[in-house]
Amino acid sequence: MKLDLSVLTSHSGEILGGFAVTLETWIAGVIIGSLLGLAIALLQLRGGRWLNRALRTYIEIIRGTPFLVQLFFLYYGGPSIGLDLQPVAAGVLGLSLYGSAYFAEVFRAGFNSVPMGQLEAATCVGLNHWQTVRRVQLPQMLVIIVPSLCNTIIVLSKETAVLSVITVPELTGVLTGIGSLSYAFVQVLMTLCVGYLLLVELTAWFGRWVERKVGRFMIR
Amino acid sequence: METLRSMMQTLPLLLQAAVATILISLVSLCFAFLIGTAVCAVSFSRSRPLRWLGMAHVHFFRGVPLLVQLLMLYYLLPVLGINMSSLTAAIIAVSFCSSAYMAEILRGGFLGIPPGQLEAAHLLGLSGLQTLVRIQMPQALRLTLPSLVNEVLLVIKASSLVSVVGVAELTRTAQNIAASNYRPLETYFLVGVAYFAINSLLSRLGHLGERRLARAHTS
Repeated sequence: MKLDLSVLTSHSGEILGGFAVTLETWIAGVIIGSLLGLAIALLQLRGGRWLNRALRTYIEIIRGTPFLVQLFFLYYGGPSIGLDLQPVAAGVLGLSLYGSAYFAEVFRAGFNSVPMGQLEAATCVGLNHWQTVRRVQLPQMLVIIVPSLCNTIIVLSKETAVLSVITVPELTGVLTGIGSLSYAFVQVLMTLCVGYLLLVELTAWFGRWVERKVGRFMIR
Repeated sequence: METLRSMMQTLPLLLQAAVATILISLVSLCFAFLIGTAVCAVSFSRSRPLRWLGMAHVHFFRGVPLLVQLLMLYYLLPVLGINMSSLTAAIIAVSFCSSAYMAEILRGGFLGIPPGQLEAAHLLGLSGLQTLVRIQMPQALRLTLPSLVNEVLLVIKASSLVSVVGVAELTRTAQNIAASNYRPLETYFLVGVAYFAINSLLSRLGHLGERRLARAHTS
């Protein structure tokens, strides 16, 4: 069997466009999701009993249900409560909410990993709550959580493929579309595999690089 | 009231679908555990090509989204002249994807056993197989149980993707129901609750198992 790659070259514009949408939704999801997650983790540090219980429930619900069902709920269920979103917007919102629960857990673990004695010391030298968070906890935890942060970011990069189900024109959607028009499934799916493997391996490599760079600031 | 009644009508269908989701996940998990064990064994092998093969397996199945793996099986096997039902394709895809994670979990468990114990077992005259069965496996299982339970929950959630190739499990059934009763919000909410309930139940069971094993370890 000879592989005819002309299908790929003749659709290269669409494929690159799909890859761009994958990157955009992924990066938007990571940025919004991590900010939301950080906000949740910060609120959990300070919040009262009821706030903490509500945040915990939010995290458990997001982590206990499949991403695809969350997407369907947002995209198909949204219009009946007046939330009429375009596929890309629904995808980015879904990805951000999904990511926020996982990011919140990563940040929470980071905050917890700063030794208790340091917090007591901070109180003793007269730092208030936010000063302690900003000057003692955040700088240390941001270094500690780099590996798990990268892991979450990689998981999100793979979840962008699911967005194709709600017709977001990202890499998977565009390529399977080309496949069903031309029946060139072998070429199309090989391109998909290579695309995602490159994305994931490059991100993992970059994560290890950051870990090395940032690890120098930690005294162990 | 109207909403409640129409939702009640869908419950039997959803329950059936929930059983399908659980069965698909459990069958896939069994295969994943077997394949994962083999890949883990290969990663400790003395031969370099075998180790390389194990690493390639883990990198490929962890690096490509499950949805893409599913589509590959679904579209590529007919090209090669192999015809299988979408259910079989789905179970194979989920099994292989999860096996890569299982292999890494198990590898971590075996690496977590202090090497001194293996030397002690060797000095006591235990054979390689005896060391594996009596020293390494029980401890590796105890060390990895939390991660394995976590993987079970991940597979239950990942099995929702199987709906894309047309297998009638929870998510697919929800799509069908939502298309016929025009109540997507309520239907997907109900399905979310179903997944949440299944996962809570399994994680409770997992905690029970962990405590059991921990107690067996201390006594």
